[in-house]
Amino acid sequence: MTDWIEACGAEDIDEEDVIRFDHAGRTFAIYRSPGNEYFATDGLCTHEKVHLAGGLVMDDIIECPKHNGRFNYKTGAARGAPVCVDLRTYPVKVEDGKVFLQVG
Amino acid sequence: MTEAFEDRSLRDSAAGSRNDASDTGGRAASARDYSLVGRDARRAVETGLASAEWYHTDIPRKQMKELMQRRDAPAIRDTAIWLGALVTSGAGAVYFWGTWWCVPFFLVYGVLYGSASDSRWHECGHGTAFRTQWMNDAVYQIACFMIMRNPVTWRWSHARHHTDTIIVGRDREITVMRPPDLLRVSLLFVGVTDVWEAMRDMVRNAAGRLNEEEKTFIPEQERPQLFRVARIWAAIYAATILLAVAMGSILPLMLIGLPRIYGAWHFVLTGLLQHGGLADNVLDHRLNSRTVHINPISRFIYWNMNYHVEHHMFPMVPYHGLPKLHELIKHDLPAASPSMWAGYREMIPAFLRQLRYEDYFLKRELPPTARPYREDLHGQAAAAR
Repeated sequence: MTDWIEACGAEDIDEEDVIRFDHAGRTFAIYRSPGNEYFATDGLCTHEKVHLAGGLVMDDIIECPKHNGRFNYKTGAARGAPVCVDLRTYPVKVEDGKVFLQVG
Repeated sequence: MTEAFEDRSLRDSAAGSRNDASDTGGRAASARDYSLVGRDARRAVETGLASAEWYHTDIPRKQMKELMQRRDAPAIRDTAIWLGALVTSGAGAVYFWGTWWCVPFFLVYGVLYGSASDSRWHECGHGTAFRTQWMNDAVYQIACFMIMRNPVTWRWSHARHHTDTIIVGRDREITVMRPPDLLRVSLLFVGVTDVWEAMRDMVRNAAGRLNEEEKTFIPEQERPQLFRVARIWAAIYAATILLAVAMGSILPLMLIGLPRIYGAWHFVLTGLLQHGGLADNVLDHRLNSRTVHINPISRFIYWNMNYHVEHHMFPMVPYHGLPKLHELIKHDLPAASPSMWAGYREMIPAFLRQLRYEDYFLKRELPPTARPYREDLHGQAAAAR
């Protein structure tokens, strides 16, 4: 069983926004939805390896800052060209005002 | 201010054993290989110029988020004006067909069809014009048909253009290759060469075939849609031609297809300024892209793509946010050309110079407030050769 990793404070992420989290040589994107839920995916776009933390969160979509490729950050599903490969998602929980990530 | 630049360090590093004008005398043999499957394509990958990290002006996240925000209202307004004017001018052209009065209507119709479609294709392809995605998709499909760019091919081609802007062997959208073919460039204004190429590509794609370059950037799973669109378009053009024959009149073609020829001049006029005469094989958009101040009508037709350095540096910012972005980062950019005239006054002599010495380019001077050009990054690319 993989441990939960403390990633950031819950208030470190604005509503409908994303931040970058690096851990053990890997990089992740952690999202706060308009409904105040938290999600996490791999940090790099599956198209050209650009970090998604520079992108735009709109509803349940993260848009890559380089080519505007779109993913559903809740499911990781690619939502059309130029992205074709889904993002990997990770379980997230919030406890005592902190966001924890379970990395596999 | 612009500095003429014969960049031997870049030239020597980027071109390896390429010739220059002094070796060959007169017009140089082309040292650049623009093929996407050729020598420079391989070299760009080997030297780290492909899919590289690019320079960005620092902008606080909060401001960037505001600039990136999508809205439907500006693009709905502009699209209603665009399509409304298109229908009105087209109706006027048909009404006055057979008299000289139809000419001004066709002049307007042609620019709206053959030039405004370029910027609509572009902005909706980025998905930034509207907040609502189906609106981006709908206008994208219409504009692609008008500008004769297969929506699948060009979505992928343009993604590559943003990954590897003006990287020789990687970027398929380099309009003026070196040394410049000025006859071909001139013919672009009347849409001759590119329309011929677009028709040739459409027929090939309708037959279910891609060329070797297309295979390098269009994924397998996208190809059936590409072929389907090419077949639909071929059917539309065939029906238009049949209608013209049946009517014994060129009028149907004056409304569908030919406006891409007689109305192309404006998008070529503005489009050449995007990168013309500037550096290639660099990793800083301030070196290879140009921002130009232009008149409000051209800005409407061009959807603010005159802010081209800003667009390349931050492609997530919608067209209606580019003037604000320009104000925010202009301290870090070369001064914008004050007019199209000023842009052409520096660009045309550069093209002429490149006829004899193709490594010549314009290096635009940065203001004292700007961070310097990333010679370190370009130097790394050079050292790798």
